[in-house]
Amino acid sequence: MSISVQNISKSFKDKTALKNISFEVKEGELFGLIGPDGAGKTTIFRILTTLLIADKGTATVAGFNVVEDYKNIRNHVGYMPGKFSLYQDLTVEENLTFFATIFGTTIEKNYDLIKDIYIQIEPFKKRRAGKLSGGMKQKLALCCALIHKPKVLFLDEPTTGVDPVSRKEFWEMLKRLQQKGITMLVSTPYMDEAALCDRIALIQDGRILQIDTPQEIIKHYPKNIYDVKADNMFKLIEFLNEYEYKYSVYPFGEFVHYTDKREDFNPKELYHFLEEMGAVNISIQPTKTTIEDTFMELAK
Amino acid sequence: MGNMKRFIGFIKKEFYHIFRDKRSLFILFGMPIAQIMLFGFAITNEINNVDIAILDHSKDATTQEIIHKIASSKYFSIRQLIKNESEIEAVFKKGKVKAILIFEKDFSKNLTKESNATIQIITDATDPNTANTISNYTNSILQKYQQEINKNVKSPYQIVPETRMVYNPELKSVFMFVPGVMTIILMLVSAMMTSISITREKELGTMEILLVSPLKPFQVIIGKVVPYIFLSIINAVVIVLLSIFIFKMPVQGSLFLLGIESVLFIITSLSLGILISTASATQQTAMMISLMGLMLPTILLSGFIFPISSMPLPLQVISNTIPAKWFIIILKGIMLKGVGLLFIWKETLILVAMTLFFIVLSIKKYKIRLE
Amino acid sequence: MKGESVIKVENLTKTFGDFTAVNAITFEVKAGEIFGFLGANGAGKTTAMKMLIGISTPTSGSAQVAGFDVFTNPENIKKNIGYMSQKFALYDDLTVKENITFFGGIYGLSRSKIKEKRSELVAELGLGDIINELVGSLPLGWKQKLSFSVALLHSPKIVFLDEPTGGVDPITRRQFWEMIYKTANNGTTVFVTTHYMDEAEYCDRVSIMVDGKIEALDTPKKLKKQFKAESMNDVFLKLARSPIDN
Repeated sequence: MSISVQNISKSFKDKTALKNISFEVKEGELFGLIGPDGAGKTTIFRILTTLLIADKGTATVAGFNVVEDYKNIRNHVGYMPGKFSLYQDLTVEENLTFFATIFGTTIEKNYDLIKDIYIQIEPFKKRRAGKLSGGMKQKLALCCALIHKPKVLFLDEPTTGVDPVSRKEFWEMLKRLQQKGITMLVSTPYMDEAALCDRIALIQDGRILQIDTPQEIIKHYPKNIYDVKADNMFKLIEFLNEYEYKYSVYPFGEFVHYTDKREDFNPKELYHFLEEMGAVNISIQPTKTTIEDTFMELAK
Repeated sequence: MGNMKRFIGFIKKEFYHIFRDKRSLFILFGMPIAQIMLFGFAITNEINNVDIAILDHSKDATTQEIIHKIASSKYFSIRQLIKNESEIEAVFKKGKVKAILIFEKDFSKNLTKESNATIQIITDATDPNTANTISNYTNSILQKYQQEINKNVKSPYQIVPETRMVYNPELKSVFMFVPGVMTIILMLVSAMMTSISITREKELGTMEILLVSPLKPFQVIIGKVVPYIFLSIINAVVIVLLSIFIFKMPVQGSLFLLGIESVLFIITSLSLGILISTASATQQTAMMISLMGLMLPTILLSGFIFPISSMPLPLQVISNTIPAKWFIIILKGIMLKGVGLLFIWKETLILVAMTLFFIVLSIKKYKIRLE
Repeated sequence: MKGESVIKVENLTKTFGDFTAVNAITFEVKAGEIFGFLGANGAGKTTAMKMLIGISTPTSGSAQVAGFDVFTNPENIKKNIGYMSQKFALYDDLTVKENITFFGGIYGLSRSKIKEKRSELVAELGLGDIINELVGSLPLGWKQKLSFSVALLHSPKIVFLDEPTGGVDPITRRQFWEMIYKTANNGTTVFVTTHYMDEAEYCDRVSIMVDGKIEALDTPKKLKKQFKAESMNDVFLKLARSPIDN
């Protein structure tokens, strides 16, 4: 096991951040912590990177205990905190050199590891980090976290606030790093990124809702979901909520995701109900379950 | 070996920060020069060519002679002669004239017959310092004149008070300010700048990465401090050079001792800066604590502006806890009195003790984690 | 579609020195519409919105918001719009009640009107238990719902939402969108900026800004068709096909 977390709890003053959290990450795995702001993701990262001490429970990273062996962990992990923690007034190159130096290595020594990523920002190596776009800052921060060839890489919300193109590229980079044998723990508030991880933990309010592969999590969703659509979204939601057999009603982009209490639900009945209520241009189609549906069901 | 390389890499980075931030460069180098110039030229207790008015009721040889003496001194210039008391108010209200001398009627006669003549000095005390100085200077001119005539008259019972200013015979206020300004600047540069530079890393989140790295906490601290020791020493040298060459201030004592004591005080301030940074999460807090908690007491309670002996007892006691007080005593001792370590060992020892205390405290308070 | 245009923008441009942040954008928003204003960070969204809410003067072009010109009448614009941003919403150190009273006050509502609106809000959001609690102690989702309601206190014609649902849990996010639907249904125009592409799917129409220009503008459905994409995220990926931005 590369990361092992057992019964960790943590409170700040009177606020409970984590309640009895346990999970394990295998060597070479890309593991995702999926949850909204305030779920406790950053606290987990800080405990595992030895920045915080848990009130209860134990954890090991790369075989080292996070409390007693914190010095060993600090030599062997890479950490990319939530906001891209770079020195804004140093250039791309200076930032990278600095982080290489404090980890007792050089850019040349581990260049093969960061090469893919670094060549994308190399044309701007004389530019100060503060003047880079979000996507480029993200890439530089990743290079800095990788420069000492860590065994385990911690990435706390690496894609938050970054444009979709950079997000996509970033996940492709993580996949390539995984092939080089680096274990990764990634957190994200974007549910659609969950599918890109090997396994995920859904987390809310300091509690883990479920841990599994994205496919298994979706498979375990108990209901059939229907995309419902009609002309006035607001009215449609109101009508659906009035339907006596409704189980859940959630707006989902241009549709509403609807589930029914009954096992033998017939969409035609709902169609007639909506028609009677006065909805126009109604359409009801079965649809695929998403991680987000599961998350909402579990968090209910 | 690897450790040294890390450390040098860290210091290099610190210098990049300093030289790329125009604001900190200004605080570092603009401020000392601006302050010393300001205190040296603008804020001064000396008076030069102060406008005064004369109301001479007797208009005899003696008063003429005294008026002449006053007019010929570089301190005063006689702006106008007025004719009676009713004009006084109007003259002051115009604001130019800072003092009025009034000679009584039959001044000369009274002086020779009754050996007692009166001159009234009315000063505009809206600026009490200047008013005080004017009246002192006038008194000394009058005394001098009195001495001269007494020599001729030979009155054996005359007691002539004489004040002699020692150590700063010309009462040059810049000499008094240099030690104070130097203290403040070293304090400002060392304590405020280090505390800000450490808290900046906390704010940016880079502190988290530094903590999760093989760098040891004390390496981070020392790495932060070394550049500022270096820069503060440059500052101290600039200030001393400015005072020697621009204000012609003599440094009576050993320059070597002055250097050593300055480095000691710089370290005291740096350790205070580290202490502040352990207590504050943002640059803004660090700045506020440095300004309110360090600068104000340093200016007000160190004896730089207000003499400690004239403070109420509780403040006098508090002033003992202020490192700047002891450093100012040391500086004045070396610069103005030319004393050696023999006379300032006590103050030096107090500073050393304070420094050790702050260092131990900040090491204890420095967190190897976030909490 | 729906009623008359409440936002009319023509060739609106803003330059900072030789940098063009907003490059001759043109669009219209109709009353009661939910208009999504999308773009990556730095694409010019915020600059464009600042011009529309009357706090930044455009370099050239023209724009009318709620019937008022952004050049000559920005003060009247401010009176007729509501604004909520993720960065600043409510005062954390005031209670829910105090926040409502304060914002009602600065929008010029009378005392009795504020009281009336407050009881409406209490009923609608179920604020009964927390009305006297500090806003800072509320969960993020609550804060955002509350600040949206506060932005609507003075019944504005248009409400501008700047990245309103970042980081919120999925359920709260949906409650938030239900509030938006309701607002739009009541005739208030909703102008939302976001860089969450899935959020775009909720809007009636969306515009996508890339490097200061509006590169696409239509209903999400038509855009997906046009770009042969499955989601708005794919639309965006196809639009912004430059791997390295600078």
